[in-house]
Amino acid sequence: MKKLSISVFALAGAFIIGPTQAQDTPKVDAKRLEEVAKAMWPKTPEGWEKRISYDETQAICSQYRNDLPQAEFDKVKARELATIKLPADGNVLGDWKAGQRFANDGRGGTFTDRPMTNGANCYACHQMDRFELSYGTLGPSLVNYGKDRKYAPEEAKAAYAKIYNSMAVMPCSTMPRFGYHGFLTEQQMKDLTAFLFDPESPVNK
Amino acid sequence: MRVFMALAMSITLGTGLANAQQPVDTEKELEKYRQMMSDPMSNPGFLNVDRGEVLWSQKRGSKNASLEGCDLGEGPGKLEGAFAKLPRFFGDTGKVMDLEQRLAHCMETQQGLDMADIIRRRFGAPGRTSDMEDLVAFIANKSSGMKYSVPLSHPKEKEAFAIGQELFFRRSDFMDFSCATCHAEEGKRIRLQGLPQLNKAGKDAQATMGSWPTYRVSQSQTRTMQHRLWDCYRQMRSPEPVYLSEGLTALTLYLVKQAEGGEIQVPSIKR
Repeated sequence: MKKLSISVFALAGAFIIGPTQAQDTPKVDAKRLEEVAKAMWPKTPEGWEKRISYDETQAICSQYRNDLPQAEFDKVKARELATIKLPADGNVLGDWKAGQRFANDGRGGTFTDRPMTNGANCYACHQMDRFELSYGTLGPSLVNYGKDRKYAPEEAKAAYAKIYNSMAVMPCSTMPRFGYHGFLTEQQMKDLTAFLFDPESPVNK
Repeated sequence: MRVFMALAMSITLGTGLANAQQPVDTEKELEKYRQMMSDPMSNPGFLNVDRGEVLWSQKRGSKNASLEGCDLGEGPGKLEGAFAKLPRFFGDTGKVMDLEQRLAHCMETQQGLDMADIIRRRFGAPGRTSDMEDLVAFIANKSSGMKYSVPLSHPKEKEAFAIGQELFFRRSDFMDFSCATCHAEEGKRIRLQGLPQLNKAGKDAQATMGSWPTYRVSQSQTRTMQHRLWDCYRQMRSPEPVYLSEGLTALTLYLVKQAEGGEIQVPSIKR
């Protein structure tokens, strides 16, 4: 887990954030903002050390309201790409039925949850199986995802990588970096990739 | 009579046909349900209003005092319209405060209440009422029918608004989420739940902020904005934000400003 380095703090403190704000909108400097955030979450809950972050990418996406200038876009993309770890044996396809279960599971990871395997909660934002009507619209529809890509192995690898770290594909993407943060396990990400790419998966039916 | 019968028939048939041809509009059905329940005689949130009224005038705490001397911004004991202008700057504390922070301040300084107990019971649960939820329901209800209008004139109010705005967009932690992840586009939803757009002034923000505090049917409790934000951060997989912290008030001020001009109808009732 990357922590915001002192140099980033110094850099962030050096300019006034909020370039997309209107002229008459009052502004606040980054250091003051981080003091307020620190007071909202003064101590790290036990076992949460790896979950708490405000890394360089989060900071720059917040600052630019997720709309990065090209130079920053390229920098974030390169940095995030370097974090991706594909499965050692190169196989990104697991059990699509397990993937289907994780895609539909929104439990786990909140401060009121007991420790458990986190659900991936894909349906919160994406349409997947066309017969599952309870889907969100924050992300694009994934109906026929594998079929539309002709089940190509390199496309499956790209999908695994996108689940692992969405920001390596689209910097400041809304989608969480599931592998980078360790929210999902390697096996879960393989199962989810199979849910997208298995010809028998309801995603492709 | 014959005309009436024919009319009744056609309405009945028409409705039947419409139902057969169109999927039931869930949001419209929910709206009907909300209207049914928003009758003060049947919305359980008004039980909190009644309890809050008692708590407001009851002498309590080590100083055996009521809250009637508490200044919520409009002068000591003045409740009408006070909620519509909160959060705002208070000279005696030098801070921008929301209703709950201000009540906590009065409970501590004027009544000498055990604040650990007040904060332990900040969110009601079965068999455990919350003084805060009761008082907020009572006081907010005194602004029902009025419109949000925060002053935003003091430099600290301006700063709090700016902090709230930055927090709204601040992505962090396990899931890279910020408030804007879900609330910065029009007409989006999570699963089937519609998401109000809150990063711009307008009807979504007005409808949302104008209906808090609210009785949550799913929780059988009346909830305040502090609880709503607590629950948002919970769903974002953030650690638990500190109750009455400066950041939550800043976010609330940002949201109330987006809701400016929106009518307050509280306590409302929601899923």
